[in-house]
Amino acid sequence: MIHSLFLINSSGDIFLEKHWKSVVSRSVCDYFFEAQERATEAENVPPVIPTPHHYLLSVYRHKIFFVAVIQTEVPPLFVIEFLHRVVDTFQDYFGVCSEPVIKDNVVVVYEVLEEMLDNGFPLATESNILKELIKPPTILRTVVNTITGSTNVGDQLPTGQLSVVPWRRTGVKYTNNEAYFDVIEEIDAIIDKSGSTITAEIQGVIDACVKLTGMPDLTLSFMNPRLLDDVSFHPCVRFKRWESERILSFIPPDGNFRLLSYHVSAQNLVAIPVYVKHNISFRDSSSLGRFEITVGPKQTMGKTIEGVTVTSQLPRGVLNMSLVPSQGAHTFDPVTKMLSWDVGKINPQKLPSLKGTMSLQAGASKPDENPTINLQFKIQQLAISGLKVNRLDMYGEKYKPFKGIKYMTKAGKFQVRT
Amino acid sequence: MSSNSFAYNEQSGGGEATELGQEATSTISPSGAFGLFSSDMKKNEDLKQMLESNKDSAKLDAMKRIVGMIAKGKNASELFPAVVKNVASKNIEIKKLVYVYLVRYAEEQQDLALLSISTFQRALKDPNQLIRASALRVLSSIRVPIIVPIMMLAIKEASADLSPYVRKNAAHAIQKLYSLDPEQKEMLIEIIEKLLKDKSTLVAGSVVMAFEEVCPDRIDLIHKNYRKLCNLLVDVEEWGQVVIIHMLTRYARTQFVSPWKEGDGLEDNEKDFYDSDEEQKEKADKRKRPYTMDPDHRLLIRNTKPLLQSRNAAVVMAVAQLYWHIAPKSEAGIISKSLVRLLRSNREVQYIVLQNIATMSIQRKGMFEPYLKSFYVRSTDPTMIKILKLEILTNLANEANISTLLREFQTYVKSQDKQFAAATIQTIGRCATSITEVSDTCLNGLVCLLSNRDEIVVAESVVVIKKLLQMQPIQHGEIIKHMAKLLDSITVPVARASILWLIGENCERVPKIAPDVLRKTAKSFTSEDDLVKLQILNLGAKLYLTNSKQTKLLTQYILNLGKYDQNYDIRDRTRFIRQLIVPNEKSGALSKYAKKIFLAQKPAPLLESPFKDRDHFQLGTLSHTLNTKATGYLELSNWPEVAPDPSVRNVEVIELAKEWTPAGKAKKENPDEKFYSESEEEEDSSESSSDSESASGSESGEDEEEDHSGDSGEDSGESGSESEAGKGRAAKHAKARGKGDSKDVDKEKENSKSSESSSGESSSIEESSSDSESESESESESESRTITKAKEKKTKQDRNPLTKDVSLLDLDDFNPVSSPVVLPTPALSPSLIADLEGLNLSATSSVISVSTPVFVPGKTHVLLHRMSGKGLAAHYFFPRQPCIFGDKMVSVQITLNNTTDQKIENIHVGGKKLPMGMQMHVFNPIESLEPAGSITVSVGIDFCDSTQTASFQLCTKDDCFSVNIQPPVGELLLPVAMSEKDFKKEQGLQLKLCTVGH
Repeated sequence: MIHSLFLINSSGDIFLEKHWKSVVSRSVCDYFFEAQERATEAENVPPVIPTPHHYLLSVYRHKIFFVAVIQTEVPPLFVIEFLHRVVDTFQDYFGVCSEPVIKDNVVVVYEVLEEMLDNGFPLATESNILKELIKPPTILRTVVNTITGSTNVGDQLPTGQLSVVPWRRTGVKYTNNEAYFDVIEEIDAIIDKSGSTITAEIQGVIDACVKLTGMPDLTLSFMNPRLLDDVSFHPCVRFKRWESERILSFIPPDGNFRLLSYHVSAQNLVAIPVYVKHNISFRDSSSLGRFEITVGPKQTMGKTIEGVTVTSQLPRGVLNMSLVPSQGAHTFDPVTKMLSWDVGKINPQKLPSLKGTMSLQAGASKPDENPTINLQFKIQQLAISGLKVNRLDMYGEKYKPFKGIKYMTKAGKFQVRT
Repeated sequence: MSSNSFAYNEQSGGGEATELGQEATSTISPSGAFGLFSSDMKKNEDLKQMLESNKDSAKLDAMKRIVGMIAKGKNASELFPAVVKNVASKNIEIKKLVYVYLVRYAEEQQDLALLSISTFQRALKDPNQLIRASALRVLSSIRVPIIVPIMMLAIKEASADLSPYVRKNAAHAIQKLYSLDPEQKEMLIEIIEKLLKDKSTLVAGSVVMAFEEVCPDRIDLIHKNYRKLCNLLVDVEEWGQVVIIHMLTRYARTQFVSPWKEGDGLEDNEKDFYDSDEEQKEKADKRKRPYTMDPDHRLLIRNTKPLLQSRNAAVVMAVAQLYWHIAPKSEAGIISKSLVRLLRSNREVQYIVLQNIATMSIQRKGMFEPYLKSFYVRSTDPTMIKILKLEILTNLANEANISTLLREFQTYVKSQDKQFAAATIQTIGRCATSITEVSDTCLNGLVCLLSNRDEIVVAESVVVIKKLLQMQPIQHGEIIKHMAKLLDSITVPVARASILWLIGENCERVPKIAPDVLRKTAKSFTSEDDLVKLQILNLGAKLYLTNSKQTKLLTQYILNLGKYDQNYDIRDRTRFIRQLIVPNEKSGALSKYAKKIFLAQKPAPLLESPFKDRDHFQLGTLSHTLNTKATGYLELSNWPEVAPDPSVRNVEVIELAKEWTPAGKAKKENPDEKFYSESEEEEDSSESSSDSESASGSESGEDEEEDHSGDSGEDSGESGSESEAGKGRAAKHAKARGKGDSKDVDKEKENSKSSESSSGESSSIEESSSDSESESESESESESRTITKAKEKKTKQDRNPLTKDVSLLDLDDFNPVSSPVVLPTPALSPSLIADLEGLNLSATSSVISVSTPVFVPGKTHVLLHRMSGKGLAAHYFFPRQPCIFGDKMVSVQITLNNTTDQKIENIHVGGKKLPMGMQMHVFNPIESLEPAGSITVSVGIDFCDSTQTASFQLCTKDDCFSVNIQPPVGELLLPVAMSEKDFKKEQGLQLKLCTVGH
């Protein structure tokens, strides 16, 4: 399946290569560079590039291209999904996934890649198992290793791979047993010029951080499971139980993982928590344009909206902007024409606004389209769909764990057309 | 850091400390600032020295640096001799890194690589399964042709290994050996055949992968394993699932007949989509030769459905393509929701999924129509995603939604992404042609765009308008005039050419403008693009023919210019036109027809989706994405006219039993049982399963099923334990007799829970804690259902030999001291267990007769709750009596209660929605039921020996309520009586078989 993997940074250097079958020459990447050149932006590089003898499948994350070389027919999503899993694993191991970090930990990276694929077919992709095989580097361990000469490779053999709960490592021990669940909902919306909603939907995830001793068996039930329209589970969730009772029953992996992602059924009207008032105008004759936006709360269920950021890609004709925000800070990059305004909290008494003028290229005609405004925000302690966790029970272990549930609503792809 | 490496630092003099092994690699390069070459050589010397030191830390450092070199693509092959010596190192990390090195360079240094082989051969015999596995992995990854026989031997041995993990690695090794030496194919196929029979979920994915790579055409190897693979699928790891699903899709297309109605495949079956299942079924019934789906076909479709919920996009896509290619069209609709969910994922996943949706949406619009808004474009999407979304929006456009879409398109046209704006214009053109109601609106919209500032937008509009006008032979003089004016400003060649062509075609409609346009273009002829020049020539020719008075000279001027053009195409065209239109003595008969030739009615171009014909590639494949056949692509065959013999998939019990025997032996030979964590687990699990049986003897018909389901899941962890568990069970059974009525609902639930759990490890834990646990029965039933699905509707031909086996097992569940009841064939539950477990029970003749049950549980199940039934409550229970309505039916008693204060009238069974083959004998309508009254009626249902749900409607005068009855497996069995001697005989046989295993 997957023959080789090349890691390419944004300046076009191959800084890591790994082969699972016979060595494929680096020169195969030339086809990739060609495609990269043709696509002006990194994210427009096609994920599948055919070459005379190979096919290059790539993903682009953290400013790194992960290019897999394959030779024969394979479901492309298989490879793409795997590459994303590789990136996730690196992130899990090193905290961030960037070129310097990968270069610094090249040996661990290599060992991990070696375990993840055998002959190009995924072998161990669960981070619990991988961490048992190869311990992630921590500052402490690095220091200890330097002194004692010990290594990152686990000395006991990973039995998790053999068990029927392959996602959980064995022999987990904690002094404080805790299980935290974050219900995070994201609102994807397109709002049109006049402020009416074109499309809006809620996508949610439940991320868990479970640190429990032994082999706990958890069940999580909801007050209103009917809200969930479409769900996808971590493999640990017993599907049958969900089908029949709408209860999540699972033996959790150790550590952080995504338990569930869901989609809230479309029948429920989505409450849009913010509105944006905008007045952006270009005049044909003058070289000045007016720019004015105000952000305000709409349906917030009494919670404060925090972490608001407004970004907008302005037309090429805009040379510079002189703006005054009522709160927060703003920046405008005259090269990329990207305006970003870090608003912070919205105070309903004093709505934040950003006003000023744009200087336009003299003589150029006015742009056809007003820029779209992208919004980011967060609302703590609120799941906008109204989803509520009813209870969390643990079986299989004697101790009493500490349990915590947190709700949060965020903006997903939230766009306002102007 | 050891003193040793410190010494190294000093002597190398580089000063680039290797304090941390990992960082060392990144700091190597700067040290070679003076004379890169020499320093490299020197470095390698150092590495050699370090590798030869006797300190592990130094070796490790060296290895880490070497791996760093490999990662960067630097050549480290000259260190091979030094590295290979360390292959037997005790230190695991050194060993691992040496393996990494070996796999990378062994191909280049074959002779030296042979030095390491003996180490692996020794490791292959290691008591530790992980060491055995990794040795096999490395051994098979060394691509040295000389060791092919050794590899072959190792794979053979590993494929019979007790540990499923080793067997999994063996499956991987098969592919490696095959690519190294394809001549071993025959032998490898034998091993694949053997491994395909493996029941472990760990092995399934890998061996199917090997199958796909080595012998994808040997579909016959799959027959016997088909049902097992379908049933294991949910528990296989996600990557294996993808491979298995793709393989099974191909398999299904060769083995089953088409579930699609004739003519369906080609036409847009929007209508079909809206048909409810019932209607569908009715239609099917009405047809002369009703289509009945092979139960195995159904099994595959049903067992893959839960996987749509996978977090892995590849799995979801695999299931989606399976549904698309093999499910009845009315059922394929369920995949759309899951596919739309994937659109939230990364850019790359979106790209592939959108491509597939684009192909699907051409054929079956209805599937994605409800999700129209999910395909709306955001300004932050990458261009390729935008264009794909646009494609799908176009495919989904219809009369109802076109106005919304056009409004949306208006926004897109203004996009700053000009490539996208141009694509939108194309799209509008396509909408205009496909939906005639809006074609005028679209045309007007496009004309407005002609005054756009952006040239690309204008040019694209011109091209599209040209196509539209060509399709509508109505007068559009105004538009043409407008476009003629544009010719002054627009520079994009395609647009200019389009305008010229349009004027030429309609030159008689715009008699004043056309000659003027020709005049203008004649002036600029030399500076035009080739494309435009050709059209100028055409325009000239057409005008010459229609309006020679005004344009004769102009045309001749242009022809003269064309004659000396640099481009030979243009010179050629010029010559051709001149001969054709200018009358001279040489001109032949053709010139008479010149006008007809030039001004012939031209067929309108078709605006088609680029995804139109992609569906001949299997969806979700690389070939589909590229729209060309990729290397190694396996065609999806067409449905066969007549289904091949379905009985090939029937699993013969004896064959399986044989298979277990060697596994058991292997276990015995292996003295290191303690090492395996699983050996403990397996004891636990066998204990727990036998416990559960003794505790709930009365219900053990059902329990037993669950035990089996538990066992088969647990197989992944063990292979030899099966026989042991069987033994334990048999023994316990004997003890459990007579305790028949020790029935405790809680206990029973608890047990079923623990035995149902697919994890051997967890089951013991769960059991200890399960007091607090309440597991609903329905759940455990459904668990067992998945496992037993394979057996549903078991074909009649293998009933006869198998019935006896089954009734033998049943014996424990029911008290044998009872009078035989005369029943035609005791065939209610064939082969459920035998098929599943491979317990070998030969069909020795013994007198077995059906008996009446001594114990009948009083447990009732709720059929209809009074709250949901508007006061009508219904409960059902299984009286375990032979059914009076038919020998294959299970009798069910339904108690109806009226909890309202009014009479409920005319209670009857309404529409039935039974799975294929199921039958139901309903009760006679009840005319009225007094308030607080209750009445018991009995019905008979032929569940076809499956645990499928029988759904039907319970109707009163005013309402209809949908209700379900799902039988626990135990209720499908029939009590039998047999003499103790017979029982012993059967039991003995069973025991003997088990002991053979040891």
